Parts: sequence; C-alpha cells; structure tokens
Amino acid sequence: MVTIENLHKKFGKNQVLSGVDLHIHEGGIFAVLGPNGSGKTTLIKSVLGMVIPDKGNITVHGENIKKNSDYRHKIDYLPQIANFPSNLKVKELIKMIKDLRKQTDEDQRLIDLFKLEPFLEKKLGNLSGGTKQKVNLVLTFMFDSPLIILDEPTTGLDPISLIRLKDLIKVEKAKGKTVLITSHIMSFVEEISDEIVFILEGKIYFKGSIQKLKTKTNQPDFEHAIASILSDNHA
Amino acid sequence: MRLRLYYPITMLKILKYSFYDLMRSRWSYVYFAFYLLLGVVLLFLNNDLSKAVITLMNVIIVLVPLIGTIFGVMYYYNSQEFTELLLAQPVKRSSIFLGQYLGVALSLSMSLILGLGIPFVFYGLFESSAIWDFSLLLVTGTFLTLIFTALAFNIALTNENKIKGFGYAILLWLFLAVIYDGLFLMTLILFEDYPLDKLSLIGTMLNPIDLSRTLILLKLDISALLGYTGAVFKQFFGTSFGFIISFIMLTIWVVMPVLRIVFKSKKKDF
Repeated sequence: MVTIENLHKKFGKNQVLSGVDLHIHEGGIFAVLGPNGSGKTTLIKSVLGMVIPDKGNITVHGENIKKNSDYRHKIDYLPQIANFPSNLKVKELIKMIKDLRKQTDEDQRLIDLFKLEPFLEKKLGNLSGGTKQKVNLVLTFMFDSPLIILDEPTTGLDPISLIRLKDLIKVEKAKGKTVLITSHIMSFVEEISDEIVFILEGKIYFKGSIQKLKTKTNQPDFEHAIASILSDNHA
Repeated sequence: MRLRLYYPITMLKILKYSFYDLMRSRWSYVYFAFYLLLGVVLLFLNNDLSKAVITLMNVIIVLVPLIGTIFGVMYYYNSQEFTELLLAQPVKRSSIFLGQYLGVALSLSMSLILGLGIPFVFYGLFESSAIWDFSLLLVTGTFLTLIFTALAFNIALTNENKIKGFGYAILLWLFLAVIYDGLFLMTLILFEDYPLDKLSLIGTMLNPIDLSRTLILLKLDISALLGYTGAVFKQFFGTSFGFIISFIMLTIWVVMPVLRIVFKSKKKDF
C-alpha cells in the first residue's frame, strides 16, 4: 500500500528524517507515534507530496509519487490544524473541494452525523476549533479513498464526536481500507490501532502490535511502554 | 483525452476561486473606484484628451507596478492555508500557483480596464482619435500587472517570513520605479564621452517600467517627452519595429517570472 525506502529530509540544519524505511500493507489501522519534533508530520507530508524528500523513494499503491499528483485521488488527508480560508462559508468550502476532486453525496451523511447543519452558512473564520475539526473530518471522509491519513484527528473534539469519529474509523477499516493516524492521546491509539509505528530521532524505532511493544519494553500497559522507550532514549 | 483535459481545467477552477475571492475583497473595489475617479476627473474636468492620456500614463506606470506587487505578496501570504488544503488534493502544484497568480493578475487588470474604460466610453471614446493611444495604455497596464504580480509571487515563494517578503517587494518596486532611473541617468552622465546608444537601449529593456514608458511615448509620438532613451530607441528601431521589440520584451518579462513560479513551487516544502 505505502512503501517508504531510505527517506531523508533536512530543514536547514535540522535533520528531521534520517533513513526511514517503512512498509504499510493494505487494510488496518496504523498509528504513527513519537515525541514532539520526531518527524511524524514530515513523514506524512512526504507521503502526500507536500514535503519533497532529499533522498529516498515513496510508492503509494505501487505508484512512485515523485512528480505525480494523480495518486492523491487514492488518499483522504486530515491536516493537523484545520486552517481554512476564513472568508469562505462551510458550504462553499465543501462544494469547492468536491468540485476539485469528484462529486459525492457522502457529505450530507457526515454533516448529519456531526450535526453541522446549523453551521453550513457560517464563515469558517467564525467557527470554534472543535467545529472546524468536524468540518475537516467531513472533507476527509466524504471521498471513498483506499488510504486515509489522519494527523491528530481528535484535536478539539467533544466526547460524543470522539465516539462518532472512532466508529467512523472502524467502519472504514471494515471496508478494508488502510488508515494512518498520528495522535498524542494514548488511550485513543490503544483502542483503535492494529499496529504501532514509533519514530525516534528521524528513524523507525519500532513497528508492530501493541502486545509486541509491551513484551519488548517489559511494561504491563501501553502508556508505560511508550514512556519507557522515551526515557531509555533520553528523548 | 480526459487526462490531458484535466490539467487546464483544474487550473481554471483554482483561477476562478481566487478571482471570486478577490472580487469579494474591499480592496478590489477601492482600486477600481480610484481609476474610475481618476478617469472621470481627467476627462470631464480637464477636456484635453492628449494631456489626459499622458497624465494617465504617468499614474499607470508607477501605480500599477506598486499595486501588483503589494496585492501579489499579500494574496500569497493570506491564502497559505487555502494553498495547503489544495496541496493535499490531487492537483498539480503548477495548477495551484498559476491559477492563483492568474486570479490575482486578472482581477487587478479588470479593475484597471473597467475603472478607466467606463469613463472613457461615456466620454465618447469610440468616436475619438485617441482610442488607440488609450487602448495601448490599458494593454501596457495589463502587462505591468502581469509582470509585477508574477515578481511578487516569486518573492513570496522564496520568503517564508512575511515581513521580509513585503520588504523585498517594496524594495523591488522602489528600485524599478525610482532608483533605476537615477542610476541610469548617473551612468549616462558619468560616461557621456562614450557612445551610450547600446547601453541605454539595454538599460531600457531591462526595466519593464522604462520599457512601458518608452512604448507609450513612441506611440504618442511626442519627441519632447521621449527623452534620451526614447530618442535612441526610435532612432535605432524606428517606430514600428521599436514597438514590436518592446512588446516582445514585455512578454519575456511576463514569461520569465511565471516560469520561475512553476519551477520554485515544485521544489518547495509546505
């Protein structure tokens, strides 16, 4: 599904990724974890083609992503902070993204699910953080793409919306899709993900199930397992 | 066939959104209203058409570059969020940035053309002999908008820091609109013992503002205003050939920065 080989990226003097090798097979939920500044977002943005790697290869669905934009038809991406053009109305934004990608009726179901109907005529600049994140979720999930990338999807969501989000992700997984998530909420990650990819200092430190991680670190629970990796590496 | 059509269509869609976005902005109307007022005042309170055209020329060749630069930089920085949203979609980078660039440049050109055109139409432009002079003024203004908006996008693309970007943009305008002429004149005085025809020709072509001024003055055929470079231009190329050469140079001035937008945007990280 996604294959990353020997990925290097430097921003100025800051080496963010130094030789990431990662293979993500089709189907299942993968959580990309790591301390702040470990390169999670850079990794995801490299897959999306927003960051141009210094070295290395990325293929999505067997297609090399270099100098290519069509492969993004197969990806739904939820950006970390929902920064939308503030003078657009919610309805206009949804219409615009549909116009650029493809027509779908899925948006109505998602609008109902997240109770966004009263906000459709409001400008994006006037929405609260949580409501923006819901709009963000609608934009992401309304296209039926085989690969879904979610960067901090829980940000700003209230408990009910969080439950709906989890259900939504599980439904997508059941359809056989691949979901890539970054999050700092460990309970969320533990509940939802099938496999963990842990990034440390620009490299993949660990890849495998949560059970494997617990055994490896000799810790009884997930949160402590993660903490033990971090303290062992002085991160 | 569908794939080949896809590219220009997405670019046009982005152009459309950027254009509408600017059309909603108060500043487009201020810019439009300014030209409308200028046109009305010059035509109806002055009544001397050739003087009006010269005054308009002086305003256009200084103001159009300034507004193009500032709007270009401002739009780029203000739409960064929109751009990031687009970058994650199956849209080519060149479509995104060319679409936005053309959206800005065309909406500014429209303000100029309508703002000045409307008073001229009411003045009875179509029966007037000044129609060609006037059209040339608008064509040159549009060229200058295309050139300076493209230069502004170049500056914004290479500067993450907004303050720096704005600073460079203003400096660029100041240099080409004011300082360049001063330096040019000083060179001419310093080296007056040497033959300077070629130097001044090249000097004029390297500055789109000077080039536009020469082009308009060649058409108006007012020797007194033509100045040294204009006179050399006329002598060297003759009126019609000089005309074609200046148009080619202006086109090159549009194409080069636009190509750099495409090139730079492909290598940038977001």
